[in-house]
Amino acid sequence: MRMGRDLLVTLQGDLDDVRVESVERLVASEVARTGAHGALIDVSGVDVVDSFVAQVLARLVRMVRLLGAEAAIVGIRPAVAITLVGLGSSMPGVSTALNAEQGMARLRRMRADGSVRIDHGKHC
Amino acid sequence: MASIADIAAAADLLPITSVAIEGESDLLRVRSTTRAYARQAGLGVTGTTKVVTAASELARNILRHATGGKGVATVREAASGQRRGVQAVFTDNGPGIADLDAAMRSGFSTAGSLGLGLPGSRRLVDEFAIDSAPGSGTRVAICQWDR
Repeated sequence: MRMGRDLLVTLQGDLDDVRVESVERLVASEVARTGAHGALIDVSGVDVVDSFVAQVLARLVRMVRLLGAEAAIVGIRPAVAITLVGLGSSMPGVSTALNAEQGMARLRRMRADGSVRIDHGKHC
Repeated sequence: MASIADIAAAADLLPITSVAIEGESDLLRVRSTTRAYARQAGLGVTGTTKVVTAASELARNILRHATGGKGVATVREAASGQRRGVQAVFTDNGPGIADLDAAMRSGFSTAGSLGLGLPGSRRLVDEFAIDSAPGSGTRVAICQWDR
């Protein structure tokens, strides 16, 4: 889904490896195609994030940054957060936010702090 | 660490479901089966999420490391006194693990992965046992209780 110059990607249900990797490719190509300034990956509908899925999500965020946009993972469920920390796969360096709304605010702050200032107007 | 026999002995063995692990789609079956038993045993959301994630890691280990990426997960409900829980045993006939102590350390991997699977899974569950030797496959048992 497109919100202003940002992409909101909603993941839901049980993610298998093929699906999460296809989402990774899709988001990267959509960011490039649309010239989006930011991408939010909403995982509030995902009830299991194992080390592989966490690794792909973290890779996706780095990939979006390489394309010159910002990305954040939003909506990690509390039980999933507890599990990821236990697993030792807490996605260091990856921006996260409690929900999509706070994630949008975070993307805006990241852009404001960055060396390139973008006047992107209203999102919602 | 408890032995696999200890974990099996502590369990009143209720109906068992075996899930063959032969491809990536079987990871989803291992997760959904483990989740169903965890719900049946009355585990909370956090306990359920942890054990389902551990099961996913262990099933993935089989796909990555076992001969031909094949093995089996056996999931059952466990009971001990007032406690109920879910027990899952992951068995493969792969090459086995020569150095179990090293394999249980975070960051140790022979397959270019993150090396979180075994030590990470162990931290997520109440009970964890592993049996392995070169040439004789690997067997990992986990158990998560409702309290």
